[in-house]
Amino acid sequence: MKRYDAIKKIMESLTVEIIICNLGAPSRELYNIEDRDENFYMLGSMGLVSSLSFGLAISKPNKKIICIDGDGSILMNLGSLSTIANTNPQNLTLIVIDNSSYGSTGDQKTYTNYKTKLDVIAKGAGFESIVVIKEAEEIMPKLKNLGVGCHFVLIKVDPGNAQVENIPLKPEDIRIRFMKAISRA
Amino acid sequence: MTADLKLYEEIKNSGIDLILSLPCILLKGILTLINEKKEIQHIPITREEEGVGIAAGAYLGGKTPAILMQNSGLGNSVNAIKSLLELYRIPIIFIISHRGVEGERIPAQIPMGELTPNLLDILNIKKFIIDSIENIKELKKAINFNKKSKNSVAILLKRSLWNDL
Ligand SMILES: [Mg+2]
Repeated sequence: MKRYDAIKKIMESLTVEIIICNLGAPSRELYNIEDRDENFYMLGSMGLVSSLSFGLAISKPNKKIICIDGDGSILMNLGSLSTIANTNPQNLTLIVIDNSSYGSTGDQKTYTNYKTKLDVIAKGAGFESIVVIKEAEEIMPKLKNLGVGCHFVLIKVDPGNAQVENIPLKPEDIRIRFMKAISRA
Repeated sequence: MTADLKLYEEIKNSGIDLILSLPCILLKGILTLINEKKEIQHIPITREEEGVGIAAGAYLGGKTPAILMQNSGLGNSVNAIKSLLELYRIPIIFIISHRGVEGERIPAQIPMGELTPNLLDILNIKKFIIDSIENIKELKKAINFNKKSKNSVAILLKRSLWNDL
């Protein structure tokens, strides 16, 4: 399974949830799989997608927020895991698609390729609900099984990007469209 | 009324409904008030840049967040200020204790303290200075400007604010 397959399965598992997606290849792949008004694409600020998702989760406690993060990105902002786990918003699922590489910059290896275990880091940060997925068929049942709560989901995949187009939307238009969509009942 | 209490009341009445903070010795009193009164949602953060990300998400969700931090954290936030806040036009309020200038006793604070006003200028973030109890009202001006212009603003709290007691 590659990242593209994982995102496809994630999208098949969801209905109305809000999605905040990591910058670079993940956002382009999500745009290619299913663009929707409730998608927010990070285009800059590597590492901050989990923080932005968390900020949204605490502001919109009645909406389910899904964050699609990556291994290189979360390694840049590990403090975010402590902040999220200790605040424990009951409407946030932090999915880390771990391809053990910096996929958008030429697949340089990250430390998860060696000794670093992100699920163990999440546990140490204080997450109480941690799910590890290694097969594509597990994604839908395991995501559908998550109830209310603050979840950390690690999906292990192989490196590699799909050949997809760039996102043609302007950053400000992404924001305006997104804010309109999430303010609807 | 002490400087901290007056500043706290001003923040509370300004419409700020989420505070993301890292401590500074100058912010000790205001942080204590925020924690004790529990009137404004408060989330301690681990690094200022993380706070910029959280604030951006909270803004998307309809909140008026402020980041309360020491000026050293401005350096940690530069990329996010440009490639998140400016990129998407998300205006955030920074309330910053300005160390490394008049009255500073810790040499390590000085280089960043001296850079801070220029750095804010380069970042295109309008500065509002609070250096005495009398001009705590600058906070309201800053927030009005933030709302009208949709630009981020920085409120610099000077050490002299607390000497005024
Ligand atoms: Mg990766």
